[in-house]
This record gives sequence, C-alpha cells and structure tokens, in this order.
Amino acid sequence: MVAVSAPVTRRLPSRSYLTGAVLLAWIALWVLLNGRDTLPLGGAQLTPLHTRFGEGADVIDANRDSNPVFLYFVNYIRLFIDATVTFVQALISQPSFGRPVPLVGWLGVTGVATAIAYLYGNRKVAVLTAAGFVSFGLLGLWEESMDTLALTLTAVALSLAVGIPLGVWAGLSDRFNRVVTPVLDFMQTMPTFVYLAPLTLFFLIGPASATVATMIYAIPPAIRLTAHGIRQTPPATLEAAEALGVTGGQSLRKVRLPLAKQTIVVGINQTIMAALSMATIAALIDAPGLGKTVLKALQTLDVGTAFNAGLAIVIMAIVLDRVTSAASRRVEIAHRTGRSGRRRLRRMETAATAVAAVVLVYLSYTYVWAAEFPAGADLGSYVRRGADAASGWVQETLVAYTNGLKNAITYALLNPFEALLAGSPWWLVAVVAVALALLLAGVRASITAAVGCVLLVALGLWHDSMVTLATTLVATLLVMVLGVVLGVWMGRSDRVDRVLRPVLDAGQTMPAFVYLVPILGLFGATRFTAIIAAVVFAAPVSVKLVAEGIRGVPHTAVEAATAGGASTWQLISKVQLPMARAGITLAASQGLIYVLSMVVVGGLVGAGALGYDVVAGFSQYQLRGKGLAAGLAIVVLGIVLDRIMRAAAARAGGSSATR
Amino acid sequence: MTVPTVEREERPAPATDDDRPAVLDVRGLWKVFGQRAERVVGTPLATLDRAELKRATGCVAAVRDVSFSVRRGEVFVVMGLSGSGKSTLVRCLNRLIEPTAGQVLLDGEDVLGYAGKRLRELRRHRFGMVFQHFGLLPHRRVLDNVAFGLEIRGVKKADRLARAQEVLELVGLAGFEGSYPDQLSGGMQQRVGLARALAVDPEVLFFDEPFSALDPLIRREMQNEVIRLHHEVGKTMIFITHDLSEALKLGDRILIMRDGALVQMGTPDEVVGAPADDYVRDFVSDVPRSDVLTLRWIMRDATPDDPLDGPELGPDTVIRDAVRTVLSARRPVKVVRDGRLLGVVTTAEVLEVIAGAGGQS
Repeated sequence: MVAVSAPVTRRLPSRSYLTGAVLLAWIALWVLLNGRDTLPLGGAQLTPLHTRFGEGADVIDANRDSNPVFLYFVNYIRLFIDATVTFVQALISQPSFGRPVPLVGWLGVTGVATAIAYLYGNRKVAVLTAAGFVSFGLLGLWEESMDTLALTLTAVALSLAVGIPLGVWAGLSDRFNRVVTPVLDFMQTMPTFVYLAPLTLFFLIGPASATVATMIYAIPPAIRLTAHGIRQTPPATLEAAEALGVTGGQSLRKVRLPLAKQTIVVGINQTIMAALSMATIAALIDAPGLGKTVLKALQTLDVGTAFNAGLAIVIMAIVLDRVTSAASRRVEIAHRTGRSGRRRLRRMETAATAVAAVVLVYLSYTYVWAAEFPAGADLGSYVRRGADAASGWVQETLVAYTNGLKNAITYALLNPFEALLAGSPWWLVAVVAVALALLLAGVRASITAAVGCVLLVALGLWHDSMVTLATTLVATLLVMVLGVVLGVWMGRSDRVDRVLRPVLDAGQTMPAFVYLVPILGLFGATRFTAIIAAVVFAAPVSVKLVAEGIRGVPHTAVEAATAGGASTWQLISKVQLPMARAGITLAASQGLIYVLSMVVVGGLVGAGALGYDVVAGFSQYQLRGKGLAAGLAIVVLGIVLDRIMRAAAARAGGSSATR
Repeated sequence: MTVPTVEREERPAPATDDDRPAVLDVRGLWKVFGQRAERVVGTPLATLDRAELKRATGCVAAVRDVSFSVRRGEVFVVMGLSGSGKSTLVRCLNRLIEPTAGQVLLDGEDVLGYAGKRLRELRRHRFGMVFQHFGLLPHRRVLDNVAFGLEIRGVKKADRLARAQEVLELVGLAGFEGSYPDQLSGGMQQRVGLARALAVDPEVLFFDEPFSALDPLIRREMQNEVIRLHHEVGKTMIFITHDLSEALKLGDRILIMRDGALVQMGTPDEVVGAPADDYVRDFVSDVPRSDVLTLRWIMRDATPDDPLDGPELGPDTVIRDAVRTVLSARRPVKVVRDGRLLGVVTTAEVLEVIAGAGGQS
C-alpha cells in the first residue's frame, strides 16, 4: 500500500523491519514444516462439533410445533410473512382464487407500475417502467419476474414499516442511535449468505426465510438515512419552532419529517435496491423468482438461460432505481407546484392516471389476452441462443487471453498464498497472525486475532478457512490495485469521473448473481472465477472511496507542489496518495468486507473451501451442521480482518477510519 | 431555582421621566454551561472570572448575575460582542436555554417555574422571537410560514391564513404569499420571520441579532421597519445586537454585556455621555456624540453675566438638532423644562462637542 511518511519516521522503520522479519521467519519455517499440522478435513468429513450443530438443528426442527417460543412467536411471524407474500403473489404472479391466472394480469401490473412511476417520478421513468415490464413478458419470464417483485415489495414494505420508525427514533435519541449503529454495522458487514441457513431453521425454507433474510439486508439503509435526515434539521429552524411553542409531536410532524423527506426517499431507494439483490440471492433457500432461474442455470452451466434471467434482474433493478431516484428528486420540486390553478391541473392529471390504471387492471382481470402475456413474442429464446453463441465464441476466441490471465494470477499469487497459509502448521499461522496484528494494529487487534484463530480451529474448519483466506486476500489485493489505479485517475480527472461513475453505480446496484454468468462463461468453474466475481463486486466501492480520498486532498497542497515544480508522478506519489491515506485504508477494509461477502457465491462457481461448505450445507441434510460451522467461520474471518484493518487504518491514518 | 445569595450592588434605575410598569423583570440571572453547573452559583466560585472558572471547574459562565427590568412598550437593547452572553441571555428569557439560577418575572410571575404545557402556552401566546438565521421552514410557502405559530396553537385554517395575510401586509410582503423562503432575499426572509413572530400577537418580542446576516443597506431598511412597527403595534421589544449604532438607533435603553456580566445599563445618551468603564468608553469612542447626546449633557449653569433672552429648548433635544438654533442665536440658548431654567448652552459648548467628536473621552 502507501508508504507512510513524516512525523513518526523514528518508530516506523523498526516496525516495518520487524514485520519483514516475521514474514521471513514464517517462510523459513514453512519450508521446514510444510504440510504438518494443517488440520485438513475432507469434503464429507465431519467433526463432533459439526455433528452436534446438526443435532441442534434437528432439535429445533423437532420442537418447532411444541416449543412455546416457536408456537406463540416465531411461527406467527412466519405465518404472517408467508401469508403476506402469498397474497401479493396471488395478486400479481401466481394462479389464485380458483382462477388459472393471478388476479391482476400483465397489462394491469404494467399499467399500475407505469402510473406509479408517472405520479411519483416523471414521464421519462414512466416510459422506462412500461418498457421494462413489457420486456419481462417478452423475455418469457413474466411469472418469475412477478415472483421476485412480490418478494421484493413485501420485504421492502415490512422493512420500511420497521425501519422508518426506528430511524426516527435513532434520529431523535442519541442514546438509541449509539445502541443501534454498531448493530447496523454488523448487519451490513455480515456476509449475506451466512445467515440464510440459520434463518431456515427458524422460518423454514420458503418465502418467510427469504423475506426475513432480505429484510436483514435491506433495513439498515432505511434506518440510517431516516435517522440522518431527522438529525439534519437545521438547529435554527428547530429553535424557531420551539420558541413558537411546538410540542414534541408537532416538531416531528411539521418540521423534522417534512425536512427529512428527501433523505428518507433516498433511504427507500437504497432499501429497494438492497432488497432486490437479496431477493435474488435468497433463491439459495428456495425463494421463488428470477434468482431461482439463474441458480438452476448456474448449476447446469446453462449460460444462455442464466443470462436471460440475469437480464430481467438488471432491467428490474434499473427500473426500480430510476423510479425511486426520480421520486426523490421529485420531492424537492413537489411542493413547488405553485399557484392553485396548477394544483388543480395536477389533481386532474393524477385522477386521469389513476382511472387509466384501474381500467387496465379491470381488463387484465377480465380478459385472458390482458392477463397472460402473449406467448407469441418470445424474445427470450433469441436472447438465450444469442448469449450461448456469444459465450461460446468468446470462450473459443479469448481462451488464450483468459487462460493466460487465469494462470498468471493463479500461479503467481493464488497458489503461493494458499500454500503458505494452508500448508503451514496451524499454530505457526496463528502466531504469525497475532504478531502481525500486534505490529500493525496494536494489542487489542492481536487479541482479536488470537481469539479468531482459536475459534477457527475449534470450528474444525482451519484448513478450509485458510484456503478461503488466501482467495480473499488475493481478491482484496486485486481490488486495491484496481481501486488505487482507477480511483486516482477518477479523483484527478472530472471527465474520467463522469464516465466511470455510472459504470460503478451499475456494478453496485446489480445483484451479484448477474455477472457471475458471463464470468463463469469466460473462466469456467474455478477458484479464479470466484476471485473475479468478488473483484467485480468489491471494486466499485474501493474505487469510489479512493477517488473521494484523492479529491479530498486540499487544493492548496496540490497547487503548492505544482508551483514547486513537481511532475505528475511526483504529485501523485508524494502528495495525493500520502494525503489520501485515510481514504485508501478505508477503501481496503471495505473492499475486504465486500470480497468476504462473496465467499459463498464463490462456493457456487468452484471456489471450494468455506463457500462450498456453506453451499453443501444448504443442499445436503447430513452436511447442514458443517454448513453452519462454515458460516460461523466466515463471520469470524470477517470480524478479525475488519478489526485489524480498522485498527491499522486508525494507526496509519491518524484519523479514525470509520464509516 | 433559588436566588443567589451573592452580594450584589443594586443599581439604581436610571433617571428618566418614564414610569411605565415593568413587563419583564429579570433578577440575578445566571447561566453556567458545563458539568454540575449549579454548584457555581452562590459560592466563592461565582466570583472567579470566566477563564479562572473554566480552569477551576471546566464550566463556562455565559450569563453572570444579570438583573434588569423592561417596561411595557419599551425597546430594550442588549448589546455586546460575540461571546458576551447576550444570545444566551435572551434565550434564558423564553427558556430555549434553561437558566442556572435567577428569576424571570413576567407581570410579576416567575416563568422559570413553568413546565410542559404552561411553558408552551407562554411561548405560543405571550412571547415572539425573531432569529438571526430566520429559522424558516423551507418546505412551506411564505403564508404558511407566517401562519405556523397559529397553526400549532390550533387556530382554524381559514382564520390563521387570514391573520397571516394581514401581518404580511403589515411587514410589506403582500404579493409574496405563495413564494418559498429560498426564493426571497435575506431581508425579505427576515420580514417573514418578523411576520411569523407578529402573527401570534405576543406581548413581548425577542430579536436575536436579526439583522446581522444582512448587508448594510438592507439592515438600515429593516431597522427603520422595526421602528415603524414599534410605532404601529407598540410591542415591548428586547433586541440583541453587537452593533452599537443599531443599539443607539433602536434602543430606549441599552444594556451592555461583557463576559456574561452587565457592564452598564442606561439610555443611549447615558451610555455615550457617561460610559461606566473603559470598555464601554472604548466602545462608544467612534460614535458622533452630537447625534446621541442631548443638551442636558453640555449645558452649563447660567452665570449672572449671561443674557437670558435667548431661545428656549428642552433638555432632551439632541445636540445635532439644536446646532442651528444655538449657532444663529448670538445669545446663550436656555435649556428649560416645565418653565424652569436648567442651564444654558452657547456656541462654545456645541463646537466643543462637534470638534472633539470621538477625540475626547
């Protein structure tokens, strides 16, 4: 990373010498002790702990209908959520109420969605919405799309119902805010796949688990942004209201909430995007919809079908994102409708739009042609065949390059890393980890590292954890290379920023499943594919954070260096990078967290180790205990790495590297 | 809340011919920020100056033992530099900031004992406030902003909008009802703030440096506006400012604060003519004295040599307004009140003031 300069020069060299010495000693000992005490565990092998986890799961299964906690609490939640999802499905996606088709057919749903987009957004996004929904039908994925939409909407509605009140509370109460912030941090850093399996223990496989998993992922932005909006109210305005004698309720209703409205809508946008990406991932626990189609296609390496469904997910993501973004901009202008004449016009427009939507719903309720999407226009098969052909062509043509890249990274980085981490005795790695944590991040981080190592051994997954750690570190390294190169470029040039930013935004909003498909097509099912998927997922965040850090360098410092005759390279290496240190370390720790959250996805495309253990735990009954343990191991890795990175960042950057 | 037991000198009310009853009577008011602030008041700690107190306890005394009373219909100005505690003082009066000790008597009743609903009723009906940064609601039209105080009081929509319209006309904003605050200039926004405070028809209006954020031309315009409104509606006003010329222009009486404590209180001519200490003297040294001082300040006793057939003027005539009369009279001008001769003013006295403007002290 970045060379640390200036005031602490006296202490730093000795620390970096020590770090180098520790690494050299590690390699020397590795040569001597290679292969000893590595604690490997075969794919189907279990430790007693795993068996006990499995038995624990069995106990929960057995008592689901007798234990009072389940009988009077968990089961009700499950039934309520299941009923809600089923109801929404009956409305828009599944045959219901004795009808061969859902209550509202494609024409009605498209009409209502377009009307909403028009009323809350603008004409442009309304057209986009109509086109998007029609394309679901054209791709031959109407029912799957509606299942995904039903799940997403239910999860979003419940998330907002819980999240906005909590956000208001967190906005008003400092104490509650202090309590809730670390919980939200944890919810957002915990790799999403990890809690899928435990959730199914409580809510069974199906819509309820999928919805709860989605909510865990989608609630934090709703709470955070609501609280932020509430907190943002200018103190002068609050004071003026107070001087007029407002009650607490009046101050909230008439001052804080209206002023926070735009921020809250941004929170809703993020909640929807998070919910959509998780609703597709929840296919792993049998959630209905597009995710399931992608998953099945991935398992049979059917690139065409996966691409087709992935395309539908991307379209849905774009439509939902654009509509809610337009809505948040609309809030800004909404109250500016001005004089009453225009208000009346606006009201008439609203009424007309609503009537048109109702008519379309009625048509789709009554007539088959408006209920079922006409099968004639099957664009989907063309897309599938096209994607298959393209992927085949690319694989044949680019195979030399992709293999070259794959082999270069595998042999130059991945294999040595893995050999060192997984081939050393476990106690050696543990000692090295503790020593490095102590040197780079301090005493508390080294204690965390020690506890983490012990836990990994206790979970019986040491070897798998080390393999996963190697993949994770390589991926993080690649993320940081990309992050620094692109981030510096973006931070220095407005034009590059304008071009790159939308691409990065798309990368962040796109559900992870989608880009697995082309990557899988290019590189086949290997560890390398998993690494690339993780890099694609994590790079946008890191690039943005680095760019922000570079932009944050005071203009005067850059100007002074330029005036002193520094070359571009000197400017970057001696001024901008060192001064953006805090941003870069933050980018590294965020990148690492994002990479780690893709470990399970990696398991789907051939990464093996912990990711595979979790995936196997989903599908094979006898491995469920091991899957749970693997999930815990991922969390342990995440917490340890996160703590070390943050402490190291705080030490290196001087300023705190918290979000 | 207890009255501090510290000995303090009771300042005699300034000599003035005004005996309107006091609306607001502030006695021994303290505000100390910091941990366990209440331990400061009434103990030896209270005698420490600000820096010493901060070192000894970590507390900051923003308002130190301030007492004054404001008469009905008066414009009472509190003046001081930033950090002198004047904004804290005014916020203690309507309890936006909770005082540490003292009494605030409104028509003889201590409002520091008020809580909850009573406090809100007090703010809704009897106090109004205008803020430096306006504090308008950006999502509401000007009309709705002005009606806000009535709205939270529960006044029906038609009534409150009618009243808001009335007040908007009073402050000269008719025609801007449908605008939004950020479409208006700073001066106009402050008119909205003024209208909002006036709409609830309060007994006492607080102004917290209302014109500091405005440019000088607009500021003068707004000062004239306040004078006009004071003539029209006759409210009691407590006006905070750091600008001496504003204080002299608006104030019936001026209270000067430094480091949280009262330095001097008196009419504008008392402050300029008889500064209580070097701090105030320094402050007023640039003021053109002939604009503020009255004949009372420069008249001398008549000697037997003085011919007493010159023109007569009252003792409260500002010197500037008397210059022409004095210079053209060729005889001493008699300063007379109720037919009684108080003294005489000659060209010599007037010229001394004008020539020495700012110089002598």
